Order: sequence, then C-alpha cells, then structure tokens
Amino acid sequence: MTGAALTGTRNPRTTEAALLAFAVVITAAAGILLGWSQDPDIPPAAIVTGIALAVIAVVAHLTVRAAAPDADPTLLPIAFLLNGLGLVFVGRVDLATGSDLAATQTVWTAVSVGVACAVLLFVRRARDLARFPYTVGLAALVLLLLPLVPGLSAGVINGARLWIDVAGMRFQPGELTKLAMVVFLAAYLERNRALLSIATQRVGPLLMPAPRHLAPLLAAAGMALVVMAGLRDLGSALLLFGVFIAMLYVATGRLAYPALGAVAFGVGAYLAWLLFPHVQRRVAVWLDPWADISDAGYQIAQSLFAIGTGGLTGTGLGLGRPQDVPFSATDAIFVVIGEELGLLGMTAVLLLFLLLTFRGLKIAITARDEFATLLATGLTVTLALQTFVIVGGLTRLVPLTGVTLPFVSYGGSSLLSNYLLVALLLRISDESRGAALGRGLDQRRVPQAARS
Amino acid sequence: MNRQLKRVGVVVLLLFGALFVNLNVISLLLADDLATHPANRRLIVREYAIERGPLIVGEEAIARSEETGGELRFLRSYSEGPRYAHLTGYYSVTLQRSGLEDALNADLTGRPTEVVAQNLGELIGARDRPGNAVQLTIDPAAQAAAERALGERIGAVVAIDPVTGAVLASYSNPTFDPNPLSSHDRQEITDTWLPLRDDPTQPLLDRTRQERYPPGSVFKLVVAAAALERGLQPDSSFPDELVYDVPQTTSDIGNYGGGLCADGDTISLADAMRVSCNTVFARLGVELGADALVEQAERFGFNRAIPYELDVVPSLIPDADDLDPPATAQSSIGQRDVAATPMQLAVVAASIANGGQLVRPHVVAAVLDPSGRRLRGPASAAWTGPGLNGAAIAPRTADQLRDMMLAVVDAGTGTRAQIDGVEVGGKTGTAEVPDGPPVTWFAGFADQRVAVAVVVPGAVDDETGGGVAAPIAREVMAAVLGAGS
Repeated sequence: MTGAALTGTRNPRTTEAALLAFAVVITAAAGILLGWSQDPDIPPAAIVTGIALAVIAVVAHLTVRAAAPDADPTLLPIAFLLNGLGLVFVGRVDLATGSDLAATQTVWTAVSVGVACAVLLFVRRARDLARFPYTVGLAALVLLLLPLVPGLSAGVINGARLWIDVAGMRFQPGELTKLAMVVFLAAYLERNRALLSIATQRVGPLLMPAPRHLAPLLAAAGMALVVMAGLRDLGSALLLFGVFIAMLYVATGRLAYPALGAVAFGVGAYLAWLLFPHVQRRVAVWLDPWADISDAGYQIAQSLFAIGTGGLTGTGLGLGRPQDVPFSATDAIFVVIGEELGLLGMTAVLLLFLLLTFRGLKIAITARDEFATLLATGLTVTLALQTFVIVGGLTRLVPLTGVTLPFVSYGGSSLLSNYLLVALLLRISDESRGAALGRGLDQRRVPQAARS
Repeated sequence: MNRQLKRVGVVVLLLFGALFVNLNVISLLLADDLATHPANRRLIVREYAIERGPLIVGEEAIARSEETGGELRFLRSYSEGPRYAHLTGYYSVTLQRSGLEDALNADLTGRPTEVVAQNLGELIGARDRPGNAVQLTIDPAAQAAAERALGERIGAVVAIDPVTGAVLASYSNPTFDPNPLSSHDRQEITDTWLPLRDDPTQPLLDRTRQERYPPGSVFKLVVAAAALERGLQPDSSFPDELVYDVPQTTSDIGNYGGGLCADGDTISLADAMRVSCNTVFARLGVELGADALVEQAERFGFNRAIPYELDVVPSLIPDADDLDPPATAQSSIGQRDVAATPMQLAVVAASIANGGQLVRPHVVAAVLDPSGRRLRGPASAAWTGPGLNGAAIAPRTADQLRDMMLAVVDAGTGTRAQIDGVEVGGKTGTAEVPDGPPVTWFAGFADQRVAVAVVVPGAVDDETGGGVAAPIAREVMAAVLGAGS
C-alpha cells in the first residue's frame, strides 16, 4: 500500500461528511414515513430525532476531523446509518407497544458518541492501550461481575443477571467486557506471539506450545466464559470464544488453535447440553420450534412469522406487527426490520455490517504494528460475529442466544461499546494512513492527558 | 498476519453468505406458509379488522359484527344463538369458522379470503369497508316453532318451500350457543368447546345434514314412486298377508304390530301407503327389483351431495348388484343399508309437492352490499346435474303420490299432522335400529307452501313417527302458513 493510493484526490473527511449527511437524511426520511403511516400530519418526533442525530453527527465529524484526520471515512457513516435505522425501528416498536424507548435511545446515542469522541481525543495512540494488559483484563472481569454486587444490581431480567442501575439508567457492563477482553488479548498476544507460535508439545496429531505460555490466556478467557455462562449470557460467551480463537489464529498463524477451539467448543457445548436444562431447551427449540409454538418455540416462531409476512419487500414502515415479536426493540429488532422492509431491507442492513467488517479487516491489515492489527481484528470479529449470532439465531440458522444487533438494537451499553469499538478502529486507521502520508504521530501535538 | 486476516475474511463471508441464503429461503420460499400459518396472529388481526356483514333472518340480524375497541376490532354476536347455531355456525379465533360463517365467508367479508391474507395494500385501501349482508330464506316463525316443538327431544327439522327450494326452517337439537365460541377470549372458547365436543348427545352435530338415519317407512314413498313410474296404479292390488315370505331367507317380514293391513284378502297400493303396510312394500320392492329402487332413489338425490350452501352428507342406497332379494325387501321398508338425512327426505317431500321437479334447497335469499344493492339472488330452484334431468318423477306420478300422502294424514298413520283447512300430506316412519331405540320420522307437505321432514331418533317404548314426528311437523308447517296468511 503506497501513500499515493491512500491519499487519492479527496480528503477522506469530505467523503465522510457527505456519507454522514446521507445517513442522517435517510434516517429522518424513514422517521417521517413511519409517522405518516400512523397519522397524515408531519410527525414531530421524527423531526426532533432527525435534528438530534444531525447535531450528533456534526459533533462526531468535527471531532474526527480534529483528532483523527486520516481515519477511514466509511466507519462513522455506516455506524450512524445503522444507529439511525435503529432509532426509527425502536420508535416503531414504541408506536406498537406504547413504550418510550426511542427518546432514551437518542440520549444514549448522544452519550455514546460523546464518550467515543472523548476516547478519540484522549487516546492518541492505540499502543497506549497495550500498556497494562492485566489491569484491563481484570477490569473486564470486574465489569462482568458488577451485576452481582448488591446495591448496583438491577436483578434478574429475562432470566439473566446482566444489568446494573446507575443514576436511574440501566446498564449492561458486560458489553464493555467484550471490548476490554479484546484489548487484553491483543496486548497479551502481541507480547507472547512468538512463544505461542512455537510448537513444542504434541497433543494428539497437533503440535502445541508449552502450557505455561498458554496458561494466562486460557485462564482469562476461561474465567470470562465461565462467568458469562454462569450469568446465562450464552450469546456473549459464544461471541467471546469466537473472538478469542480468531485472534489467537491471526497472531500465531497456527491452524491448530481453531481446530482445538472447535473441538473444545464441541465438547463444551455437549457438556453444557448435558448439564443445563436451559441449554437443552434452547437446542430443542432450535431443532423444532413448531413443537411448542405457544411457549418455548414462541419467540423463534414469531420471528419467522414476521419475516415471512414481510416477504421480499416488506409490509411497509409502520404496517407490521412488532407487538407480536418478543424483545422487538432489543434482540429481535432485525425481525421488525424484516417484516416492514422485507428481504431487501434485511439485505441492506446485513450489507452494511459486511461493509463495516471488511473495512475493519482492511484496517487490521494496514495497521502500523502488531498490537493494532490484533486489536482491529478482535474488534472487527466481535462486530461480525455478534451480528451473525443474533441474525442467525432469530432466523433459526443457529440456536438463539440473546445478544444485541450492534448499533440497531435498543440498549445504551451496547450502543456505547459499539461506538467505542468504532472509535478504536478510527484511531488505528488514522495512525496507519497518517504514517503512510508521512504525517505520523511524531508530527502531531499530543495532549498531555494522553501521555500520562 | 495478512494471510490469516484474509482467511478470517473468508470465514466472515461464509457466515454472512449462510445468513443471506437462509434469509432468502425464509423470505421467498417459506414466506407464504409463514404468513398464513394458523398461529400467525397477523392473519387473525387482519381478518378481525373487517366488519363482516350480518346474516339476516326476516328483519333481524341473527349474526352481526360489533366494534370492540380492542386489538381484534370486531366481535361476532348472535342474537338468537342456539336457535340458529347450526345454520350460522361460529366465528372463532381458535376453532376457525363453521356453518354459514365459513361457507359464506367470501360474501361476509366482501372479498375472497386469499386476498385478505396476501394483499395488504388492498386491505388497507378497503380497511373500513364492511362486508356484504346475507339475507337468509329462513322463516323466523317456522324456526322458532321447530325449536319449540322439538323441545327437549334429540332430533332435527327441515322445512322447504317446495316451489322455490327456499329453506324455511332448519333446526337440530340439542344445539349450542355460538357466542362463547366466537369470543376473543381463548380460555372462554376452550371452556365452552371441550364440554360440547365431549357431550354424548353431540350438540355440535347438525342432524339435518350431517347425520344419516334409516328412513323406515318414509322410504315407501320412493318405492311407490318407482312402481307408479313403471305403470302400477294407486289401486293396484296386493295380497294382504301377515307375513311376506322373503325369497332366499328365513327371516321374513311382518307388519308393524304384527297384524294384517286390511281384511286379509287384498289391499290397494294407496291403502298400503296409508297404513304403512310392510308386507306389501317389501313384496313390491322385490318384484320391482333392486335396479328400479336404486334408480328411483338416485333420481331423488340419493348417493349424491345435495348442492346446498352447507355441506350435506349424501343419503345412501347400495348398488343394485349388492341388493339380493332379502336386502331389497329390507331396503323397501327403509331398513338395513338405506340411510337418509332429514334434508334429503325434505327434498323428496318437496319434489312430490312440486309436481315431480327435483327441488334444490337453498338458504341464501340474497347477498346485499353495504349500500343495500343486491349482488346475488337465490340459487336456482331446480336440482340438475349429471344423471339428473330435473324431474325426480313424472307429474302424473307426483299427483298420485300426493293423493296417497294426503290420505295418510287424512285417515292413516299421519293424522296428527292435520291442520284445519289445509291440505296436508305426508308419510310416517318408524325405523328399527340394531342395539338402539327406533328412529321416528315424518316427511310431508302443506299445500304447495311448505314441505317438511322431521326426525326424532331415540324414541321410547312404542312411540311411532305418527305419534312423535307428525305433531312436530304440524307445528312447523302451521307456523309457515300462519306467517303467510
């Protein structure tokens, strides 16, 4: 990759501004159409949301312009478009169920983008994150365990203890655990990459590195997995496991890791199936949701009904029945999109995620150092795998485990962690492009706060 | 690490590829099945967003849709629920539809059902357009009379206008209330339906059309028709004997009560009809032959589905090849393998009263759009089709049978059907049922105004068609005549 190819003729920030405007316009138009489907007068809620999103987009854009001028121009617009669609469809669910989630989600959008901007401003070098891997790893576990702390815990919601109440806002700290784990793994793998790549032990047909090099990694990932499984957050556990294996493979280039990972997953899944009735129920429902359509199979059946009713082009915005779909604003929002925008709308959303994933992998490839590559890989795979787990689960491709659809689902913690994810990718891409342009970090003024 | 990253990219592509394929399968291939799956609530919500047209009897809407203000916008309500239950049926969120609610669904919703399920745009355009009203031919006085006259007895009544085929009364007892079954409360539906389903008296069964009974002596009308069509006369004489010695069997046929029909010498065909003489009709059936009996029965509509708005089980007579003389003798007095619905025997009576034209019953008088414009009138009065030329019997035969039936009511087994100042004819029947109580019948007519069939199975002691069914028929016919005068 040469500097000339990267510079092109256009400032990436100009491209970003145009794409952001496009994302905001589409969101506002969809919001107005949704309002019209219920009432022929101009819907005020859509206009307020549209203006709010536009303001947030301007702030985000100006921040990136200042703090990461060479960053990839597509990440933020894609995130905003998904976020905007999410706001429209959360508003759609509000109309159907009488809830008032869209306003909260708009506030969360502002908060999340604000925090992401702060991270961009203060984390001027991705490397800074690699300094204290064990502190970050510990933080990941602490975040995960916060919902168990009396006084903070929001109690058991939907069969899992994943939420805390802070200042009246409900938050799922485990969402941030995913990010922290990725940072920890990237840092650890960078340091121990060479050792983990040298196979000295024979395990069956496979050559493995010495256990002492692998042990800290297995301990950290294993603890996170056990805690997530214990909290019944199977989706997050699955996600973390996949990201872990992918990063290990990218770091070492040894196919033995994914192979062993698959075996370990198989054994683990089988054991979980043997031990836990709720896992058995999930699998049974996956195999045959129609057997118990009014109870265990209800969610998956309703999801399929909604998508099937939508067909190719959907019923149209505002004309479906999200009230029939359980968790329609959170885990199952993709299904609501499927009913009202049809196969075409779902395909568009998935293509946005695919685009985001490939931009992320490209950032990983062009990253300046190994830590940045591994970090970008982990972040990108997190996003892709989470999308796969929830969309595949809702459409019965894989057993359904509850995770959010990044940027689209209702939920502040999810939105925050995904904008942080995008901020880190922006930072990494800015570094590599800036370096290629000869505008490396050395030429930049770094705020004092970021150095400490 | 680039090689690994490219491989990760390939895996991501494969995963997303699987998502795309799966979504295409669901959205395109499985979409119709999912959209129309019975458990897909969208269907019901859309269906219940339509204001179904009313079913109207006389001036009264016996079934109509009422706005609920709930998610299911309209609730079906039945003003005289049990009286008309077997006609209206129910309109239920869990049990689907039955009766005319089902048979006339396209009319009542104002559009074909398939469109409702598949074309949302059309639905929204027509969201507030109510369905069509259906005016029924039922005479409310006759229907009420049937309900009252049957009282607590299990049984069924069908009354038909013999000229037009219009069904004036159709009542089956025991009955049920369609209101709780049409509730929007699933628990209420279940709590109502389970006892009905398990009730040994089968309240959900419409005995006018869904159940066959041995017709007994009423079938002698068919035997007599076959004989008259083949040149015999009402005064053709037959031996009057205690027992008819049926060929090829030792189980011979005697008369009801075991006596003679007349003086022990000879008896005319007309008199044999009047007193319902088994020995004569068994002999007559055997002498005419199975072919003649089966042909005549089929010309009256046996072995066919009556083309009525509601499904009618075919009344049965075996193939002639399967009727040896003993079976023919038994069938000639309406026993053994012959079985008929009340609707079929009402058609026989109506056709005789109508000069031999085979009457096609119908219950829809008109379909009216919401503005009152008539979209469709009643079905044709004549029942034609492959093997049916519209005439069950020749007009002359019909006249002769008519006179014979008048005699039955005037001075025979059916005297309890008499109405002052009205020419009432009919035929009684009391059919033996193996291992069960007898089935009593009356089928007849009053002038050319009404033909009727009444069945009361489960008669006790020595009750007969003349004693049990004839008075019920009389009440219903009198109600029709009273309403018309």
